[in-house]
Amino acid sequence: MSAELTAAERLAIARHPQRPGITEYLDGLFTDFFELRGDRLCGEDPAILGGVALFHGMPVTVIGTRKGKTLEENVRFHFGMPSPEGYRKAMRLMRQAEKFRRPIITLIDTSGAYPGMEAEEHGQGEAIARSLYEMSQLTVPVIAVVTGEGNSGGALALAVANRVLMLENAVYAVLSPEGFATILWRDASRAAEACEIMRMTAPDLLRLGVIDEIILEPEGGAHLAPSIAVRQVDRALSRQLAELVKKSGGALAAERYEKFRKLGAQKEDP
Amino acid sequence: MNTIFAQRRARLLAMKALRDSYIPAEQAARCPACGAETPRRAVTQNLSVCPQCGYHDPIGAYHRLSLVLDPGTFKELNAKYPAADPLEFPGYREKLSQARRKTGLNEAVVTAVGAVGGIRCVVGVLDGRFLMGSMSTAVGEKLTRAIEYAAKNKLPLIIFSASGGARMQEGILSLMQMAKTSAALARFSKTGKLYLSVLTHPTTGGVTASFASLGDVILAEPGALIGFAGPRVIQQTIGETLPEGFQRAEFQMEHGFVDAVVPRAQLRDAIARLLRLHEKGGRL
Repeated sequence: MSAELTAAERLAIARHPQRPGITEYLDGLFTDFFELRGDRLCGEDPAILGGVALFHGMPVTVIGTRKGKTLEENVRFHFGMPSPEGYRKAMRLMRQAEKFRRPIITLIDTSGAYPGMEAEEHGQGEAIARSLYEMSQLTVPVIAVVTGEGNSGGALALAVANRVLMLENAVYAVLSPEGFATILWRDASRAAEACEIMRMTAPDLLRLGVIDEIILEPEGGAHLAPSIAVRQVDRALSRQLAELVKKSGGALAAERYEKFRKLGAQKEDP
Repeated sequence: MNTIFAQRRARLLAMKALRDSYIPAEQAARCPACGAETPRRAVTQNLSVCPQCGYHDPIGAYHRLSLVLDPGTFKELNAKYPAADPLEFPGYREKLSQARRKTGLNEAVVTAVGAVGGIRCVVGVLDGRFLMGSMSTAVGEKLTRAIEYAAKNKLPLIIFSASGGARMQEGILSLMQMAKTSAALARFSKTGKLYLSVLTHPTTGGVTASFASLGDVILAEPGALIGFAGPRVIQQTIGETLPEGFQRAEFQMEHGFVDAVVPRAQLRDAIARLLRLHEKGGRL
């Protein structure tokens, strides 16, 4: 485990263009993936990819952010920044998972929700809020994996899970370090400095109780040996899911509530 | 006996509200929207709304509570709950104590039980003067406790939002408050009681993307900026300037995210009516 890496170095690995993305994980972790599209209200957002697949033979709902491989795809997918339609599609698929009693696996790699005019007109805030609200009540197992970058409410909207896993060099934060530096110091060029005080690396977040497990990556980062990285994710998911499927729906919802309820609560009660 | 306590509570809130809204009477106030100069006293008497153009100046939490609650019903919840520095962020403690000195508040939210139009309810008010009303762990925790209190006692809930979004200095733990408050509201909803969300200027970022957008009924003050991404970020993304009125309360109503835009002077009545409409009653 490369524990000596700085947060900025991990961020660079998390953003590496060859880092395995949703396509590699879909191919490597699941069989028989069937993509489901559309929010059934007015649109389809390709920045979120979702559907049903088999995970070691078990039907699961898979939802993840999608950045695309080519520049053309990047532009079409808003570089993996979802619009309200994307979150509403994700909610629709989660409600179906609830109906068919399928576990939900989310794969997160996004610099945040898309900050465009149309996204605002269509209620970006409401879509994220509703996703948090609905995910908190699901009675099926939910596992979120932060595979690359997980920033802001745009990432959290897919991460109200029973277990939140993170790849060793992934980052998970309230905002991108550039955005953080802009808000705090009005200077995006101080992003590297921000990285070191934001507590966005997997070891930091495990200590804070925000995540439950770190998935180790091949030395130097997942992009150097993608198949090993995928296998590591497979192992972690199998183990966690095996534990969760034993629990009742009520217990799953209750433990998910408690998991988030205790974050940031102080013990002393004046 | 009860009246003595009620009077004392009324005086206490009046004093706190006065501290919020106090300004020397002789000075003239320049409206940030239209630039008109109005004697301070006239602005205050007009509930901090510009008499010329109707601009709704943000007001403090206690001031807000004194405008909304029935006299003598205010009782604060978790008043002493302290601000925290969970990430030991450089310079944050000093910032917090500055904000405390400036506002007299412990944190950016005040929660209370009280009554509006005779109906008991739980009220949370974010205060934009305290680090822009940003959501810290203490804000998230106080709101969650208020929501849980409302659920436990089967009381309607009102939250007035005014926030720049997440508290950067509390990083990821600030983000987690979005999930915490939203989950608490999902549980509250099962009690069958009303959650009324009132959006005031400005309501943005993580607050918009959590409890502020989850009201059974959502009201907004005129002209309030309401959105997820801030206007500056959007302009940078699309590379053009935004049209007039973009992300304002009226815009949000047109796009289906706000039930009614209500001027401050009519807000109390609107809330009382809505509370009444959500009570049981009548005979057929």
